[in-house]
Amino acid sequence: MRGIFTVFRKEFFENLRDRRILLSALVFGPVLGPLMLTGILQLSVSYGEAAFEQELKLPVVGAEYAPNLMAVLKSQNIKVEPRKLNEQQIRAAIAARELQVVLRVPPEFAERWSRSEPAALQLFADSSDQFGGDASATRVSRVINAYGRQVAQTRLLLRGIDPTSMMATVVIHDIDVSTPSSRAIFALGMLSYLVIFAMLFGGMYLAIDATAGERERGSLESLLTAPMPRYHLIYGKIAATAAYMLISMALTLVACAIALQYVRMEQFGISVSMSAMTTLKLFAVSAPLALFGAGLLTVVASFTRSFREAQSYLSFAISLPTLPLAFIGLLRVEPSPLIMATPSLSQHFLMMQILRGETPLLTDLMISVAASLAIGGILCWIAGRLYEREAILG
Amino acid sequence: MIRVEGLSKKFGKVEAVRGVSFKADDGRITGLLGPNGAGKSTTLRMLATLLRPDAGDALVDGQSVSVDPIAVRRRIGVLSHASGLYPQLTARENIVYFAELHGLDRRQAEARVAELASLLDLGEILDRKSKGFSQGQRLKTALARSLVHSPRNLILDEPTNGLDVMAVRNLRALLVRLREQGHCIVFSSHVMQEVALLCDEVVVIAQGRVAAEGTIESLRAQAGEATLEDAFVKLIGTAEGLN
Repeated sequence: MRGIFTVFRKEFFENLRDRRILLSALVFGPVLGPLMLTGILQLSVSYGEAAFEQELKLPVVGAEYAPNLMAVLKSQNIKVEPRKLNEQQIRAAIAARELQVVLRVPPEFAERWSRSEPAALQLFADSSDQFGGDASATRVSRVINAYGRQVAQTRLLLRGIDPTSMMATVVIHDIDVSTPSSRAIFALGMLSYLVIFAMLFGGMYLAIDATAGERERGSLESLLTAPMPRYHLIYGKIAATAAYMLISMALTLVACAIALQYVRMEQFGISVSMSAMTTLKLFAVSAPLALFGAGLLTVVASFTRSFREAQSYLSFAISLPTLPLAFIGLLRVEPSPLIMATPSLSQHFLMMQILRGETPLLTDLMISVAASLAIGGILCWIAGRLYEREAILG
Repeated sequence: MIRVEGLSKKFGKVEAVRGVSFKADDGRITGLLGPNGAGKSTTLRMLATLLRPDAGDALVDGQSVSVDPIAVRRRIGVLSHASGLYPQLTARENIVYFAELHGLDRRQAEARVAELASLLDLGEILDRKSKGFSQGQRLKTALARSLVHSPRNLILDEPTNGLDVMAVRNLRALLVRLREQGHCIVFSSHVMQEVALLCDEVVVIAQGRVAAEGTIESLRAQAGEATLEDAFVKLIGTAEGLN
């Protein structure tokens, strides 16, 4: 045991002096992670802002027949641009993407309106145009419908009828069960990816240095003549790698929590704050993955002959547990015991649950912790066996 | 004291060492001389418990390398030809690390470093990072590292490779001192002059076998040659790989 600790301490402190290792463990994740996270959140916020807040230019044919409606549209930040076009010209302009939406007021509109008869309007748009045409049409018709309802209510009132009893025979109340933070989950799905990536990357160079690096420098033979079982040496190295992974992950989490305070999203009903307690929980559920990651990288690095070779193999090994996380959000995968037994996937789901403000099931937690530690333990054992082989001398 | 009895080692189909036996006594320097690829390094690596012998055994102070390698490791200091240091650590930290791996505590380790620093004249490099060390400085640090647990037996694999003349002279002086202290020293070399200058006993190895064994005088007599070089060439059967 003392030997394991001696190796751990030496690897831990020696590598604090290595700039490349320090950069990957303590700077890369904690700086790039929050930047990417807030960047993407901010981008989606400003995109939403652009779609709903900007002035919408609306070409209107026959604007002169409905001056009141034009005033209402104007009050809703829709700029009316009177045009003189016939129906064919309107269709052609929309097909050619010259115009997105066109409102046509027929000449008889004013007359029917004043007689309190249904007055038709024509709204031209291409519903397959995802770059704004459809959204703009929805926005215009929402304004017009609201105006129509208001006028209808006024007319009923003028005739002495309570409009609520006449017009609201059936009312559907839309009850949105998503909490503000669950709406932010889509963007936050990235967080678990970033955290797990930062964790593995933070230990990568140490794992390489402790195995392929040691061999390349020629210090391995001397180390193997130390009077202790060889697996003690490798356990000490794995422990140091895991420690760097934990530090890297903790820093990334804290940095993300701090960065999120500067993303303004409240006006969109989205809350993405990470309290100290949430951050702590996120750390706790992902910590067991460090043993798995350190074991995995050490085993892979033990097969390589040089620092460079190890580097390319380990970059691949890191993408193995992280890449699925980038896609899992797109598939509708539900947490199951099998997923909870899968390192990295289980941590992803647990982190998402915690971010959603839910309390993960105790059994899920237990399966996740036990499976990650067990698989990590097996990988450590394999690493120990690899160091018993003579081929390790290279 | 090291006793090697019929050591054999195969790598795949290649028989690197075929039944090597010799004896290295305390207070003597035993040299393994042979051309490159003769099996010297493989023999020493088995002695250092880095490789397991396929057949035969080696006893270090009575401990078998195949039965109790850890007990053997406590009794040997090993200096392999690729004695890399940890570049981010100072010479002192490199040595202390190995002291701790050998079970010394901090205080004992520091005391031992002080002893070794004066023995090997580490002085001004002791607290420098080993990153920029010269070959000679690296060798001194590596030697201190392999002597940190005061082993009675010292195994050196081609220790003078890549060293300049001054460093080789210093190493020679050190080995002589260690011999006077009663250490058992085994080292390999393909440089004849080196062996001639230092060794009390010479084991000539060629093609994985012991070709001849004895003092330099007796080897010369065995071969019936006047010069050392001629004796070695005759014993090995070829001049290839020697210099």
